[in-house]
Amino acid sequence: MNDLNAPDATGHSLRASGCSVRLADRLATVVIWSVALAVTAVFVWIVADIVVHGYKEISWAFLTEEPRKAGRAGGIWPILVSTVLILAVCIVVALPLGVGTAVLLAEFTPIDSLFGRLVRRALDVLAGVPSIVFGLFGNAFFCHVLGMGFSILAGGMTLACMVLPILIRATEEGFRSVPNEYRLGAAALGLSRTSTLFRLLIPAAVPGLVAGLMLGFGRAIAETAALIFTSGYVDRMPESLMDSGRSLSIHIYDLSMNVTGGTRNAYASALVLVVLLLIINSLAFWIAERFLHRRIVVV
Amino acid sequence: MSSTLPTSQIQAASATVASPQRSDSIAVQTDRLTLVYRDKLAFENISMSIHSRAITALVGPSGCGKTSFISCLNRLSDLIPGARITGSIRVGGEEILGAGLDVIALRRRVGMIFQKPNPFPMSIWKNLEFPLREHGVRDRATLAQTIEGALRDVGLWDEVKDRLQKPAMALSGGQQQRLCIARALALKPEVLLMDEPCSALDPLSSGAVEDRIASLRGKYTIVIITHNLAQARRISDYTAVFWVQEGAGRLIEFGLAATVFGTPQDPLTAAYISGSRG
Repeated sequence: MNDLNAPDATGHSLRASGCSVRLADRLATVVIWSVALAVTAVFVWIVADIVVHGYKEISWAFLTEEPRKAGRAGGIWPILVSTVLILAVCIVVALPLGVGTAVLLAEFTPIDSLFGRLVRRALDVLAGVPSIVFGLFGNAFFCHVLGMGFSILAGGMTLACMVLPILIRATEEGFRSVPNEYRLGAAALGLSRTSTLFRLLIPAAVPGLVAGLMLGFGRAIAETAALIFTSGYVDRMPESLMDSGRSLSIHIYDLSMNVTGGTRNAYASALVLVVLLLIINSLAFWIAERFLHRRIVVV
Repeated sequence: MSSTLPTSQIQAASATVASPQRSDSIAVQTDRLTLVYRDKLAFENISMSIHSRAITALVGPSGCGKTSFISCLNRLSDLIPGARITGSIRVGGEEILGAGLDVIALRRRVGMIFQKPNPFPMSIWKNLEFPLREHGVRDRATLAQTIEGALRDVGLWDEVKDRLQKPAMALSGGQQQRLCIARALALKPEVLLMDEPCSALDPLSSGAVEDRIASLRGKYTIVIITHNLAQARRISDYTAVFWVQEGAGRLIEFGLAATVFGTPQDPLTAAYISGSRG
């Protein structure tokens, strides 16, 4: 009220604060853009580096031949097969466990209950545990206690343990973002909890599930430390899940660290890994998108 | 669905409020119904006879327990942690409070429509088919017949018959709400509870939904909460006025709509319907 009676003072201070606000705005814009650019630039640099150094080695032969001379020559076919098998084991184990736990946490446990809080805390801690620890655990538990030895099965299961916390938390968020109206509506129609869950809530939670799966997948496909001790690094074609198998990430690690003259093939393998990740990512989002499109969006 | 209680007994049960005597049978009878959420009393001692095949409107200011009251009638109150109900509710003469009751069967008999339309994220057809199949209707011809009948009942059939496989979310708000009513009607409920079914809609859609509700009179027992007194006056046969007294929701007046709006007994009701209170 006072300011209205003192137009001079007010006008002045308004102009002054207007200037400083504009300056602060501009500064913030510059800082935000620079940070975003810096992050993007690093990503582009890494990808560009891999593409520039790797693309010359990529050929049909590289993808379909066995490695020779410890990987310096030849291709990566058995390694691709092992990678896919390890990931398949990981998903087959992690998906039902993850969705089951997320359903329990989101739908059948009150958010403030002691049980829910304990499980969530445990999962958050597990999500931050270094992968080498998972590797040692997998080696002790799956390889020795359960007698799986160095095998694709043990590797996949170790990865599943690693991926589970991320998968569960993201899927739980997916369930929590499903509007409560669906649950009330279903209950009011006399639908059982089971069919509400399977027909209504799980389909509606798919975006969260896919996001969790992709985060977990990204972590799994890039993993080396947890696999060295569990699935091993034998680069022959695996004959069963009980054979040791070398994943792409371990292959890259081995070529770049232990094999002189392996750098070119390491780059080429890294390129294959990045492309594989991109393909799986877009495929998952495409499927989820189509799935939701059919159910919600105007056609 | 005929009542087991003679009228005199019903009047005795509703201690504070005299029952109107128009419909010959009672669909739902509550007796000294009280609901407590943890420490908070939502409403207490509500004794009310809801007449078959008539529209009963519940009116009153916000927070006076109307929504809590109707969610007891299909035991949706079970979903609220810490809610305790005492008293008695009879639906079609059968007591529905108590641990042994088959809640799923009850909710098939007592349908509910919410304030915000809540169609499931499925096609229009599946929205109706899914609950029907859940309740054991498998025969294709019966399903088709029931679904068409329910959609016709809410005046939606002609609007959607060419796009039954399209997502229900693509319908307008008013159409979605009518779809939800159709979905409830498809299960052939004895009683239909509606919690402000028009309040989230634009005036035109609201009018369309209201017309449909009015057209269900004589076929279904309808209990509708509304904040729109003009609407209550237009569509209801019986009107119940809820009010907050001493921190708890109470039923202060219940009777034929014409009587409640014409010659209200309670001064609060008179003030409320004249617009000077509430």
